[in-house]
Amino acid sequence: MLDTNKDSLKLEAMKRIVAMIARGKNASDLFPAVVKNVACKNIEVKKLVYVYLVRYAEEQQDLALLSISTFQRGLKDPNQLIRASALRVLSSIRVPIIVPIMMLAIKEAASDMSPYVRKTAAHAIPKLYSLDSDQKDQLIEVIEKLLADKTTLVAGSVVMAFEEVCPERIDLIHKNYRKLCNLLIDVEEWGQVVIISMLTRYARTQFLSPTQNESLLEENPEKAFYGSEEDEAKGPGSEEAAAAALPTRKPYVMDPDHRLLLRNTKPLLQSRSAAVVMAVAQLYFHLAPKAEVGVIAKALVRLLRSHSEVQYVVLQNVATMSIKRRGMFEPYLKSFYIRSTDPTQIKILKLEVLTNLANETNIPTVLREFQTYIRSMDKDFVAATIQAIGRCATNIGRVRDTCLNGLVQLLSNRDELVVAESVVVIKKLLQMQPAQHGEIIKHLAKLTDNIQVPMARASILWLIGEYCEHVPRIAPDVLRKMAKSFTAEEDIVKLQVINLAAKLYLTNSKQTKLLTQYVLSLAKYDQNYDIRDRARFTRQLIVPSEQGGALSRHAKKLFLAPKPAPVLESSFKDRDHFQLGSLSHLLNAKATGYQELPDWPEEAPDPSVRNVEVPEWTKCSNREKRKEKEKPFYSDSEGESGPTESADSDPESESESDSKSSSESGSGESSSESDNEDQDEDEEKGRSSESEQSEEEGEKKKMKKRKKVPEGQREGSSSDEGSDSSSSSSESEMTSDTEEEQVEPASWRKKTPPSGKSAPAAKEISLLDLEDFTPPSVQPLSPPTVVSTSLAADLEGLTLTDSPLVPSLLSPVSGAGRQELLHRVAGEGLAVDYTFSRQPFSGDPHMVSVHIHFSNSSDTPIKGLHVGTPKLPAGISIQEFPEIESLSPGESTTAIMGINFCDSTQAANFQLCTQTRQFYVSIQPPVGELMAPVFMSENEFKKEQGKLTGMNEITEKLTLPDASRSDHVVVQKVTATANLGRVPCGTSDEYRFAGRTLTSGSLVLLTLDARPTGAAQLTVNSEKMVIGTMLVKDVVQALTQ
Amino acid sequence: MIHSLFLINSSGDIFLEKHWKSVVSRSVCDYFFEAQERATEAENVPPVIPTPHHYLLSVYRHKIFFVAVIQTEVPPLFVIEFLHRVVDTFQDYFGVCSEPVIKDNVVVVYEVLEEMLDNGFPLATESNILKELIKPPTILRTVVNTITGSTNVGDQLPTGQLSVVPWRRTGVKYTNNEAYFDVVEEIDAIIDKSGSTITAEIQGVIDACVKLTGMPDLTLSFMNPRLLDDVSFHPCVRFKRWESERILSFIPPDGNFRLLSYHVSAQNLVAIPVYVKHNISFRDSTSLGRFEITVGPKQTMGKTIEGVIVTSQMPKGVLNMSLSPSQGTHTFDPVTKMLSWDVGKINPQKLPSLKGTVSLQAGASRPDENPTINLQFKIQQLAISGLNPPLFAKEDWP
Repeated sequence: MLDTNKDSLKLEAMKRIVAMIARGKNASDLFPAVVKNVACKNIEVKKLVYVYLVRYAEEQQDLALLSISTFQRGLKDPNQLIRASALRVLSSIRVPIIVPIMMLAIKEAASDMSPYVRKTAAHAIPKLYSLDSDQKDQLIEVIEKLLADKTTLVAGSVVMAFEEVCPERIDLIHKNYRKLCNLLIDVEEWGQVVIISMLTRYARTQFLSPTQNESLLEENPEKAFYGSEEDEAKGPGSEEAAAAALPTRKPYVMDPDHRLLLRNTKPLLQSRSAAVVMAVAQLYFHLAPKAEVGVIAKALVRLLRSHSEVQYVVLQNVATMSIKRRGMFEPYLKSFYIRSTDPTQIKILKLEVLTNLANETNIPTVLREFQTYIRSMDKDFVAATIQAIGRCATNIGRVRDTCLNGLVQLLSNRDELVVAESVVVIKKLLQMQPAQHGEIIKHLAKLTDNIQVPMARASILWLIGEYCEHVPRIAPDVLRKMAKSFTAEEDIVKLQVINLAAKLYLTNSKQTKLLTQYVLSLAKYDQNYDIRDRARFTRQLIVPSEQGGALSRHAKKLFLAPKPAPVLESSFKDRDHFQLGSLSHLLNAKATGYQELPDWPEEAPDPSVRNVEVPEWTKCSNREKRKEKEKPFYSDSEGESGPTESADSDPESESESDSKSSSESGSGESSSESDNEDQDEDEEKGRSSESEQSEEEGEKKKMKKRKKVPEGQREGSSSDEGSDSSSSSSESEMTSDTEEEQVEPASWRKKTPPSGKSAPAAKEISLLDLEDFTPPSVQPLSPPTVVSTSLAADLEGLTLTDSPLVPSLLSPVSGAGRQELLHRVAGEGLAVDYTFSRQPFSGDPHMVSVHIHFSNSSDTPIKGLHVGTPKLPAGISIQEFPEIESLSPGESTTAIMGINFCDSTQAANFQLCTQTRQFYVSIQPPVGELMAPVFMSENEFKKEQGKLTGMNEITEKLTLPDASRSDHVVVQKVTATANLGRVPCGTSDEYRFAGRTLTSGSLVLLTLDARPTGAAQLTVNSEKMVIGTMLVKDVVQALTQ
Repeated sequence: MIHSLFLINSSGDIFLEKHWKSVVSRSVCDYFFEAQERATEAENVPPVIPTPHHYLLSVYRHKIFFVAVIQTEVPPLFVIEFLHRVVDTFQDYFGVCSEPVIKDNVVVVYEVLEEMLDNGFPLATESNILKELIKPPTILRTVVNTITGSTNVGDQLPTGQLSVVPWRRTGVKYTNNEAYFDVVEEIDAIIDKSGSTITAEIQGVIDACVKLTGMPDLTLSFMNPRLLDDVSFHPCVRFKRWESERILSFIPPDGNFRLLSYHVSAQNLVAIPVYVKHNISFRDSTSLGRFEITVGPKQTMGKTIEGVIVTSQMPKGVLNMSLSPSQGTHTFDPVTKMLSWDVGKINPQKLPSLKGTVSLQAGASRPDENPTINLQFKIQQLAISGLNPPLFAKEDWP
């Protein structure tokens, strides 16, 4: 048929041949007949002939040469499609003789007009290389040329060729680095994957590690880390802005090219291709500063909804990441819950991840999930779950007993596999704290009659042997039973029987001597040489004989030495030395062709190598644009400057408007104040950088101020109508307001703006006052970008000056006073105290701002003070203070950090790291610090209180001691205990305070009804009952002291 | 990169093989068969199998294993993603992707595979381009081809390859310009036996069918784009525009494609529109158990729930079940112990229920596992996330 002239018949014949090839049948006999048709005009026949040729040319090299001339003609064809396909086939037929022809063809095609042909040339490079690796040098030249190509079509393929031919020639990338970064988004998905992984390696060799300088990102680790929704909403832009601003301020400067890479890959996290997402994820994991890695979590979790094969690979990677960066995936814990429809391998991987993510706070939920899983029908999965429980139990001491009890219950399960698995895990757990669990061991001993799984039997025997003192009665009995069935046991059990016998012989030789000898002689004639060996060895050791006396004296030490408890670790623990997302990582073995991810260099190589002469580049891109009209739409060179910039500027303007809107309540007053406030801060900057002395002075001042506060308060609150000129204007304002309020309470808020405007002189006084009140603060350390928001927050605080008792709010130190975080001795000369400043924390209003005072009483400077890896309960988050570079002897300094306690009094634990040491410290907030004062009128107060009755109301009766019956004392004590604002009140013997919890913003209302006799009733209304109860307790204690 | 591809059906026959580099003997698949035997179910075959000289990466779809052979380090997802793309392309070409269809169109399949990879590296994977290179078979074209002898292979370079919109071909013409968008949402929920939701999340996709002339540039905006928490796009969507303005701006490919898929986070709890009441008990004394489930609607916003299918894997001890449904049909497979009940529409006045007895293996003790109930249903014209209609949902019920 192939010899006919009719195309349709030829086609039919070729189709049959191709079908044969497809089924894997040998069609090589037909080679001569087929090869003749290579010059056929019909394009479909031609294609099929190509298919055939590529398949069989290797086997019939001589005949294949006949076709070469056709391809060579094809290479000159005006149709680019034909040129390309000719090159493709030519390079695919793997006949060594034509290497020079191929080389020529590739070189020619590399400078072809059509990018499609150039792409094909790029594809041909690795083919030629695999055929004849001597051509490498010439090929590298071609690669270099193609790397300079600016079309997206070529980029992916040429990087692929680069990776296969000369991955070590990293110098070729320099000039093209920026271009590749910018083109990346427009390259097809497959190219993206290859380019990203190449750039990962490149960046590892060319840039400095961003993690060596953590402090750099401490301004917003929170945001980037948890990547919450709001963050996502305005995130990308603001982060970029912050990141862009970073290098100007800090000594460690992230190379702008490094940043470029991170920024340009980030949108690819939203690619539809799982491979691209994974590639970006690994890039971020390996290259991004710790704080930014969090962004990948969400994308990876999304991939979990994909095909099960994708899930499998992604989960493997997540498992590795979750060991190193647990916090990253914690918010997505529930996404790893197992579905009944998951295949077993996915279930097991998910279990792994769940176990890695389990910590003190989420362990109850995780364990509850595990309980459900144990009832599953999939036995492998159940076994894995039991092991997971075991691992949780070892990692989290708190739940160890619960887990152990649960596992013991499983021992009565009817499924033998489950029981066996539990026994093995129990054994490991018991090894950690054997003393308390004699009961369990007894229970296990009973099980020896029933359990048949060798591993479990062996585990039980080992346990009994090891802890035979705890079960002195049972142990010999077990040995007796085992001796009886010795011959029928599995090898592993036999070994343990010998072990048990030996141990018992040593501890309780009277009862077990004969038994041991019996067992040993049985073992002596066992079929397995290991067992015979062991028996001989044991006999020599324990049975005293003339020669071996020396050893047998130490037998007890040998056998009953305390053994370290096993550490149950994730099998993914050591995988992170492989590049994530790679095949080698998946298999946990080096695959052929795997390239190690290089370590970060100590010194940054010269960044200027990446510089391209700028004018040329822009010119080129312009030309490019002109040539291809659509380009500007998608290409980054333009897209970048457009939308990104607007994105950059957006958040800022937003925050500005934010600050405006927040200051609106304070109206003209606050906005005009902002300038002063700024100056004020500048002053502070100067002050804090001065020496210790002046610091002390500042502190003295502070003390004075504090004294001043109560005076003001007394005047403010005791005289309802006395307008007072001596106290600050804000106070006078409020008193007048309270007056007015009695007439027209609802108009309170509306009132403020005019009063603010009308009294500029008074304002000034208040400002002075405020200036004094600002603490010797750390404001200068907070980043300029945040200043606007922090200002806004400060202003918010200022507006509150209108309310009667706010001076206390502004007092720098709370009632709790300084608390010790780290003692001078424990800290090796570093003493750390903390106070709750009660100032709104700049950056995040949900955070309690904590002032940390460091002082160095050692005689060496302490360097690199920063917060290290916080281990926080769920919900609680920390905004770390910027790293303190150095603290010379005798010096002290202060830093502010923000902690979001999530409205709970759980302590925030974190590490305080210096260059040499790490100290574990924890800050536990008094309940009163978890709230911020709010201002409300009496009516509002009553209304809110009406809503919060019943369960939400907590009442306590108390007797006020004489000392604290006066108004100001009561007010002072309450405000010192809790960060509440006073609410004006009509009757003189009632005090009202209001605040909102910081995180959830739920109201906390406090009423104190004091009788002149000293009897008083304290009522707290709050949605958060726990907070309410604790607050009552604290306040009562404060008042009755 | 990818060396060879083998297609293996569920009975273990290699019915198609394709090599992009030198030929790899099909005996390499023996390792795969070994792994397949070890795994009890087809889904449990590990996607990556190392062999002494090669690595086998496989995906399982439409009862066919697509096994790729690779020799050197390559990101596994790269290969897996590609294999899925192959399957999608076949589906696009032939409507279904099944063994007989592939066998019937083996030449087209071969040509397509040839175009998709060059030397193991993906070349053209966009179906728009592929369809220009190799025309999909239609009945009409087969007839025409046999008469005129013309071919399936295009002789023009697909224009898309050259433009910066590689997913769209140029010169598209339609007399009726139309674009359809389908919003499909799935709820995926795990509900414990007392009926409280453990996790629930919404997974949505927007599928589009665009038939527009020329090179249209479309924008699509949502009423409430904040809802879209986590999005992944077709490459045609401009990332930057979405990031800055939350507007989808794109030049669509011609024909059917998936514009975006999104995820609505599990935090804001999802109201699940159906409930299942179940009462399953096994008694120790007799080898009989009682079984009763009722399905009812909950917060459907006036829409009817259709296409309800309840499936449940019964414990091994169950021999047979004699059940009577109030509507729909049910089957119980005594071998796999799978109960499935095709309910159909739910009529809120008369709730469908399935009652009956379970006969257990005599003498065997009471099975201690709780059967898991899976429930699938559809609601037309309703988006549970509040985005846009309609909805497809799936629910999990352990």
